Amino acid sequence: MTAAYTKPLPQVTREMAPFWEAARRHQLVVQRCRGCGAHRFPARDLCSRCLSREAEWAPVSGRGAVFSYAVMHQVYHPGFAAEVPYAVVVIELEEGARLVSNLVGCPVGAIAIGMPVEAVFEDVTPEVTLPKFRPRARR
Amino acid sequence: MTHPLSGATAIVGLGITPQGRVYGNTPLGFAVDAVQLALADAGLERGDLDGLLLNPGLAWADMGMGSFQLQQAMGLRDLRLSATMHLGGLLLNPGLAWADMGMGSFQLQQAMGLRDLRLSATMHLGGATACAMIQHAAQAIAAGLCTTVACVFSDAPLKPPKPEGERSSSGSAYGFVRGWEAAYGYFGVNAMYALVARRHMHRYGTTQDHLGAVAVAQRRWANLSPAAQMHEQPLTLEDYHRSRWIVEPFHLFDCCLVSNGGLAVIVTGRERAREARKPPVYIRGMAQGHLGGDPSDTLSSGAVLSREPAFRMAGLTLRDVDVVELYDCYTFTVLVTLEDYGFCPKGEGGPFAAEHVTGPGGRLAVNTGGGQLSSFYMWGMTPVSEGVIQVRGEGGRRQAAKHDVALVSGNGGVLSTHSTLILAREPS
Repeated sequence: MTAAYTKPLPQVTREMAPFWEAARRHQLVVQRCRGCGAHRFPARDLCSRCLSREAEWAPVSGRGAVFSYAVMHQVYHPGFAAEVPYAVVVIELEEGARLVSNLVGCPVGAIAIGMPVEAVFEDVTPEVTLPKFRPRARR
Repeated sequence: MTHPLSGATAIVGLGITPQGRVYGNTPLGFAVDAVQLALADAGLERGDLDGLLLNPGLAWADMGMGSFQLQQAMGLRDLRLSATMHLGGLLLNPGLAWADMGMGSFQLQQAMGLRDLRLSATMHLGGATACAMIQHAAQAIAAGLCTTVACVFSDAPLKPPKPEGERSSSGSAYGFVRGWEAAYGYFGVNAMYALVARRHMHRYGTTQDHLGAVAVAQRRWANLSPAAQMHEQPLTLEDYHRSRWIVEPFHLFDCCLVSNGGLAVIVTGRERAREARKPPVYIRGMAQGHLGGDPSDTLSSGAVLSREPAFRMAGLTLRDVDVVELYDCYTFTVLVTLEDYGFCPKGEGGPFAAEHVTGPGGRLAVNTGGGQLSSFYMWGMTPVSEGVIQVRGEGGRRQAAKHDVALVSGNGGVLSTHSTLILAREPS
């Protein structure tokens, strides 16, 4: 990193801390319900399928596909001023959970729903790593 | 058998303050103005009110006590129903909002020293709150709990332009940051809806032209309504496509306006309604529907749940509807809601709108005042007010020829909450 990071950093809540700790190790984890095995994201106290309160953080493949995307043209935070238009994407992991993220190595105009992606990790500060996604070849 | 609620109550007063870039008034001031206008419209006095329901917008300083503030400001006495019907936490910083709003009606009771209440509720229904307030009022009146209720919304999120000519952004009024998602540049309700709209486009083939058709149709209605903020600004499909992007797939004209102002309606029982100054607008049918789950999966509004009980209560069918006033935070919401009431098959809201059937002269009059996209944004009160205007026959150049029955919808969150009202010229 040459310049100071100017975008907002994630609010690391107690519930989400394991996600960010894993990201620093370049590992993608999501919650998995101990009751029914469903993967979910972000962290929740309760499984909305089986109502179990037991969950663990489970490593996932990092593979998934673009579920939806929105191209942001307004600057809501000065850290993004140089990036508009940029895309916010929802990634549906192979394991089932959906994450809001960004794509790297993919121009906004090339994004399509169903596009296969895989996780990458951006160390944006010494303390914070953001999981993001890049296009991958379809298997 | 007729439902006991059907036609038991009516809207007899409508008050709409100046709307839009109107400065120099507070949210409370707008609310007072709106109630006074509604009372005058009804031919009623302040002392006739015994119920007050308020849905405060974002700019209210103390939202937990909004209806009490309004009561005090207007010197209202001996109310039998008072509640602040809160907007959903979605548009607010939840840390700020939930602590105060979770038991708002109880806080209000304690703060006002009220004893032995028989009805108390805190509603968090976002844009569905307006219709829900009227439902709540109608139920309480029909049950004999009170007689005449003012239902009020007001807000003043817009600030005057800076003297040095610096633009004050209306978009920022409803912008917010949510936790970790800000790290990815995910801000604002526009983006939340855009993600759902993109799924609808993907699954059903909805196009940018389809969204644009809604914006154009509603602007044509607004061009017929002097009260609309966009009254004097025509819009073609080409203009729509040329307008700046906000969040793709939403152009500027896919998104509702932001307005300062207030809007109130007076609800009373059938007997008193007959003595009102204006023709009563009877509340014939009502229902709510809240789907739950991920709107990106359902791609539906709660109209799929609320339509059947509302029409059954009213003793009417979709074919009886003369004017349709749908909650339109976005063009997309209109397409979805048209589908979910059954005006067209699921997924075909886009092609339906693109047939230009919903604009002036079309076969289905939808959002006849221009809606929240082109007239003004008083959350769900905008479609309510236009439903009242149309059923009364006060629509001027935009008046529907046949106006016996109006369908009105409210929608809050991201297709999260839904309320339906069926308004009619006759009580049965």
